[in-house]
Parts: sequence; C-alpha cells; structure tokens
Amino acid sequence: MLGREKAKDICKEVLRRAGKDAAEVILSFEEQSLTRFANNYIHQNVAQRNVTLMVRLLWGKRMGLATTNRLDGHGLDILVERARANAKISPEDPDYPGLPELAQYVAVDAFDQATAGYSPQERATAVGTACRLTGEKGLNGSGLFSTGTNEIVVANTLGLFGYHSSTNGDFQIVVAAEDASGREQGSGWRVTDIPTESLARSAIQKAEDGTDPHLIDPGEYGVVLTPYATEDLLNMLNYYGMGAQAVLEGRSWMNDRMGEKVMSELVDIRDDGLEPEGVPMPFDFEGVPKQRVDVVERGVVQGPVYDRITARKMGKTTTGHALPPTMRSLGPIATNLFMSPGKTSTEAMIRSTERGLYISRFWYTRLVHPRDCVITGMTRDGVFFIENGELAYPVKDLRFTQSYVEALAKVETVGKETRLLMSEFGGQATRAPALKISEFSFTGLTA
Amino acid sequence: MKTLMTRALDLAQSAGAQYADIRVVENRTESIQVKNGVVEAINFSDSMGFGIRVLVNGAWGFSSSRELTAEEIDRVSKQALEIALASGFVRGEKVDLGPPVSSQGKYVTPVTIDPFTISLEDRLGVLLAADAEMARVDGVRVRQGNLVLIREKKWFANTESAFTEQTIIETGGGIVATAVGDSEVQTRSYPNSFGRQQVTGGWEMMLQWDLPGNADRIANEAVALLTADPCPADTTTTVILAGDQLALQVHESCGHPIELDRVFGSEAAYAGTSFLTQEKLGNFRYGSELVNISADSVSPYGLGTFGWDDEGVEAQSAPIVKEGNFVGYLMSRETASRLEKVSNGCMRASSWNRIPLIRMTNVSLEPGEWELHDLIADTDKGIYMATNRSWSIDDKRYNFQFGTEIGYEIKNGKLGRMLRNCTYTGITPEFWYSCDAVCNKNHWNMWGTPNCGKGQPSQIAHTGHGAAPARFRNVKVGVFRQ
Repeated sequence: MLGREKAKDICKEVLRRAGKDAAEVILSFEEQSLTRFANNYIHQNVAQRNVTLMVRLLWGKRMGLATTNRLDGHGLDILVERARANAKISPEDPDYPGLPELAQYVAVDAFDQATAGYSPQERATAVGTACRLTGEKGLNGSGLFSTGTNEIVVANTLGLFGYHSSTNGDFQIVVAAEDASGREQGSGWRVTDIPTESLARSAIQKAEDGTDPHLIDPGEYGVVLTPYATEDLLNMLNYYGMGAQAVLEGRSWMNDRMGEKVMSELVDIRDDGLEPEGVPMPFDFEGVPKQRVDVVERGVVQGPVYDRITARKMGKTTTGHALPPTMRSLGPIATNLFMSPGKTSTEAMIRSTERGLYISRFWYTRLVHPRDCVITGMTRDGVFFIENGELAYPVKDLRFTQSYVEALAKVETVGKETRLLMSEFGGQATRAPALKISEFSFTGLTA
Repeated sequence: MKTLMTRALDLAQSAGAQYADIRVVENRTESIQVKNGVVEAINFSDSMGFGIRVLVNGAWGFSSSRELTAEEIDRVSKQALEIALASGFVRGEKVDLGPPVSSQGKYVTPVTIDPFTISLEDRLGVLLAADAEMARVDGVRVRQGNLVLIREKKWFANTESAFTEQTIIETGGGIVATAVGDSEVQTRSYPNSFGRQQVTGGWEMMLQWDLPGNADRIANEAVALLTADPCPADTTTTVILAGDQLALQVHESCGHPIELDRVFGSEAAYAGTSFLTQEKLGNFRYGSELVNISADSVSPYGLGTFGWDDEGVEAQSAPIVKEGNFVGYLMSRETASRLEKVSNGCMRASSWNRIPLIRMTNVSLEPGEWELHDLIADTDKGIYMATNRSWSIDDKRYNFQFGTEIGYEIKNGKLGRMLRNCTYTGITPEFWYSCDAVCNKNHWNMWGTPNCGKGQPSQIAHTGHGAAPARFRNVKVGVFRQ
C-alpha cells in the first residue's frame, strides 16, 4: 500500500507541475491476487501490483488528459506535459463545469487488515478444501478465489483531497457433473465473511440435483430467480439507463417514464455509496461526495444518478456518480446498488408456484433493444421445473429474450435474503434478493 | 533491460523452477473521443511493467509489477515462486511444455505511415470533419467519433534461451450516429460496430476508411431506420450476412470453441467450455464443404498479427475448418503437449500484469467464388443483415443469437426495403452447414475485434477476422417481437 501521506505527496508533485493551470489528479493503487482452479486443481495463480496516475489539466476551458504508471520525476514531467499538450489542441469544452470545490467526506469502513494480508497459501487451503469435496463426489470443480487492496485518491488545484482505501475478496465455484452444473459466489470486503466451504457444498448439491435434465419447449413461464439472476437484471438496467447520460441521449429505459409506475410496487432500487452492506466509497472520481439515490421507489421511476456534467446540462445537482474522465462518454453509473428485500423465503416462493422455472443464473446477457431494456441471454448452472410447489425435475438450458423493465413489472414476491455480488466488469457491487416473476419469455433451446 | 530479465530467470532457476519466463511490456496509447462536436477526451496513456511466470514442481505461479528495478525483480520473482508452491498444494498432472522454445529476433508491425507522426491537429481534424457531416443530417441525436493509436513494445525471455523483441502498432477509428424517435433508438456505425475498426498498421488505413466521406450515409441510415419496417417476427428464411457481421459470427461460434484451454475445462467457471471436444478433432462436420476457416498470426492488418506469441512461439498459419471438416485448435505449449502436438502460437496476454492465455489470432473465413451482386441476384427471398448490434452465445458456443444494426429485404434477386431491429438465431454447426455461398476476395476484408474478453482476472484481447459476405439457408430470424 502507498498510505495516505505518500499518496498525497505524489498528487502534490503532479499538481505542482501543473503550475498556474487548473488540474485534477486521480491516483489508483491496486495490489491484487487471484487463485484460479479447474478440474479440481489450481491451474492459474497470479498477483499484480500497480499504480495508475491520471491527470486532467485545464488550459482555460480546454481540457487534456494523460495517464501513466511511472512515478519518477521524469514520468511525472511527461504526464503533465502531455496533458497540457492535449489541452492546448482541444477545442473549448462548453459542457465541463470546472473543478469541484473542497468537500467534506463521511468516512466509510471498507478496509480489512486480514483481507489485505491474505496469503497464496491461505487461498490455496480454501481452494484445496473445495476441490477435495468436489473430487470426493466424482464431480469437477472450477472457479476462483481472489483477494486484494485498493487505494483511490482524488486531488485538485483548488485544494480538494479525498483518500479511500479498501479491500476485496471474491470466491466463485462452478461444480460440473456429466450433464449438469451448480454455481455459488461470495463477495465482500472482509474475506472472512465469505463462507468458501459452505458455498462449495451448496454448488455440489446443485450439480447433483441437476443431473439428467429434461428438454422443455421455450415459451412464457413464471420464474423464481436466485439473487445471481436478479443481479443481472439490476446490472443491465444500470448499464443501460440508470445514468443521466443515457437519459440525456434518449436511450434509457427511464425516458418518458419518469415519475411513472412501471414496475411492481414491491420493487425498490437505490444506490448508496456509503452503505457498508455493499462495497462503499465516500466520493466519486471527481472527488464529489456520494449521495444516496432512490432510482425506483415502490415501482415508480424516480430518476437517474448524475455527475457534474450531466447535472449541469439537465439542471440538476450531482449525486456523486462520476466515472474517470477517460470514460466520460459512458456518463455516470451506480456503483453500490441495492434492491430492497421482501419478507418471503426462496423456499416459500417455490411452494407458492404451481408451474414455473427456478433459474439459478443468467449468462452472456446482451442488450437487444434499449428503450425497454430488452435483453437476450442463456440460463446456466441449474434450471429446475417447479410443479405444484416443488422442484420437480431439472431442465436443459434455455435462451430468453425479455424486457427487464417488464420483468420487474411482473414481480409477485421479493426474497427476504440478499446477497452481495461483485460485477465481472467494472467492479461495482450489487446486493440483490431472489424474485418471483409471473411471466418471463424463453425463446430458444440449446443442446 | 536484458540484464534485469536475466536476473529474474536466474533467480527462478536457482530457487528450483523447472521453467520461467519474463515479459516486459511498454504500452503507449493515444486516443480521442468526440461527441456531438465536443472533444470529450484527448488522452495519452503510458504503462510499463513486467510479469514473471514460473513452473515449480509442475505447478504455475505468476507475479507482476510496474517497477522495473533490481529490487522489485527480486521481490516479484520470489512472490511468483511462493505462489507456484501454493499452487502445488492443489496440483493436477505435472505441466509438460513439450519441446523447448528458443526463438530469437525482432519484429515491428509494417506501416506505410507511422500514425504517431500524424499531428494531434490532423488526428482531431478527421473526427471533427466527420462530426460536421453527421451534424448536417436532421434527426441525429448523438454523433460520436473515436480514434485509438497503440504502440506496444514487448521483450520476452525464458529459461530455454529465447529472447525476442517486438513492436506492435495498431490504428483504430470509427464514427457512430444515433437517432432517437418515439420509443425507438437506432444506431449506425462505420467502419465497424461498437465505435471503431482497428488493425495492426498505420495511418494509411485511416485514410482508406475515409470517415468524413461515410458520415452523411450512416447518419441518414440511422434516421431512416427509425421508420423502417421491423424485421419479420419468428420467420425462417435465407440470410446473407455482410462481412462485418460475419466476422463476429466467426469470432463467437468458431474462434472461441477452438480454444484448447476451453476444451480442457480451464475456463469452465467463467467463459465456459466448448462443444468441439477432443474426439471431434478430424472427425466432425462443422459446416458445409464451402466453409474453410484458418487461424493465422501473419496476415497484413490483422489484430492477431505479431512476430511471436507470449510463449516465444513464432507466428504461423494453421487450418481450422477444411471443406467443412473440423481439423485444428488454437493451442499453447502446455495444451498442445497433452494432444502430443506442438503449439501453434496462440498464447497472448493483454498486458504485463496478466498471464498469457490461449487467444484468437486472426481466425478467418476464407473467400469463396461469388460476387456479392450475383449472390443477391441468385436469392429469391431473404434478408441481408449488416453490422453487429447485439451478440450472445451459450457457454459451449452452441446456441447463438445476434442482432444487426441494419437489414434489407431481398426479393426476387434484389435488395428491397430497409428493415430495423434485425435478429437471427441458430445452433453453430447447423448454421455453418446451411452455408451455400461465400463471396470472393474482392469482398473479403480483415475486421478487427479489439474487445474480446476472457480470463479471470479479466483480459481484453485484440483479434482479427477476415470475412466476405456469405449466404445461409433456413435461418430463424425476428426473435425479438416488436
């Protein structure tokens, strides 16, 4: 780790080189290790340590960016020179509101010493147990166990300085039988919160339960989604429409629906950067303090998350959801997303279902059409037919093509337990419950 | 440089490693993003670091760092060894790398015009000129332009005396027009989907693409798509896929399932496995006899073109599907040796802080005999689809569904009305078996896919795919009801 003071010194060195020009630095330190296993043994086992420095330099109203991982004096000279050269050539930017002023941050707890010091041997021990359990059942286990430390610093020439350190842990396991598989995942910033052995046992059970799957016809089915599948709904709605940029450009599922009840009144979705039950961070990549945003309340669309550029354009106040300036084209997105739990257990959801499908997970989901957030993808790692309130038999994977907005309009029950999951892309956290949905459109089969 | 690299290898060997390699990578990327006439980002990015891979008692360890100093080389080497020992705690069969690799030499991407010699003003000028053209078209809500230049220097050495040095130069650029109507959003991209076309090569390709010269056309197409008829729903028909769409079809339904690490289960928990299992090699009808697919790392402008892969194996070309028969995999040293073969040079890492994985090089559909005009004239009824908009495929690479930005009805041998929201779906070998015509080399182009994700931690690879338009019979279209 760099630590707060060293990180501050590096930022000062960069800002000093900016001279009279306004400038902003984003410093990101990452030390990450990942143990990967397949066929019941460790086949990849890696570690990395890196620092990335990004500077946004303002030449009047012209803006230039530069990024480096070289922290020596010469590296910093080049960094600032290139940012300045890029600013000089850039036309004036009418949308950028200038650097943010000094801010006060609420301290959030997201660092765990045990996670930071977790060793390759400790990861191997946990993975070894999982592999032994799968091997004993004659099954094939694969997955990963990762741990790491991050530091993020935002500083600018107006005196703004934000420092945040965090840790992360993630365990994923897929257990494969001849014709079935089961998967579990546990994420969090305290590695000791991740019950690796019980996750492995659960994935084994799912794989055993899923053997000899039946082929069923595609069509409309009621579904019970695990939190893994619900997470996909929330992530896709986030990527394709929870940010103000998507609304501004007319491609969000929120467009023309603001203030309307378009989802079940059981649906509450919020982003809260300070909430420790997720992966909290006190400020965004401009150093603006994060605000809680209620995106959907009792099924009614409340509005998107904002950064300073979109807030200015739309006459709103930033909610502290800016991404790094190199990702400006995407606009702001939610990074610590929650769907409120209900009062029903997953078992009770199944018991209340006469005929439907229990879906463990969605896979390779992609946008088909933006305004209704129509998504296609496959089921994976366990689909079961529900008959008369029981999991009757496993079924083969299906392709679906479904509006995720319409899916959340048809939510009948929300699960009482939630699970914290880290996204494969982007690293944002989502805490999701199980859902029972009255109708979901399956459009194809696979072998 | 060489001294530090040798220091790492010596340290690994003296600590008991059977094999070690080190890569030092220096990446410089310069990019510009323009949206609606505003220059949203002009960025210069510079990254340097090294990664050390060691094999101890038949198990792998890898560590990496940005600091290229003797002290850090020592720390990282020791950490890689410690990790390998931990891997040995849960070890499978001992890794066998097959014959040693001792490549030597230098390679530089051939370029006619070094893109880094083009001034920032001229680079920006191309995007702003294209933006101005799109701005003249009423109804376009979002106009985007992107430019990416990459120069990556890479030094590789291993304990088998290999030492190579290469410089890969990439040039990428593209424009996108988005029109928004009542509950409808339509996008057209040029020259390729998702922001840009990209090649190994120089500024000469930017000149050839002529972004300003195509801006008016794609802007008008985006607006016209808002009121175009929807793709017919739930219909089985003949489809002719344009080269840009077919390139991604090859990538997803052939390129990924021929990765031998997937076949052996290494990616089972994430990217998935493959329907092209070992026993099918040389014994499986992948497509019709018109389907010939190769993998190479030598084709001009291919994003999979280089001097050596990240295990030091020399660039080469290999058949994958020959007259419809499945005949080859993409292989690493370790996986090839399990089939008693030798690597065909497909191990690639996305950066210094990632291990090499089996990645596509240039996986291409060989050209056929047809002129596109004749192929359309030969088609009584069907749909012509171009430019990818959406893609999804199952974890064995069997069931796929694609959407395209634009389509045209084919009626009585002629292109007819424009169609919006086109989708098609199928099962990989059934689809390729239904291929009854491939266009000739006049219509063949090397397309770039600079966004191929695989591995944990995630790696984004740049892959190439040559393709010309081709015709497929009995394809299910219109999966998305409108």
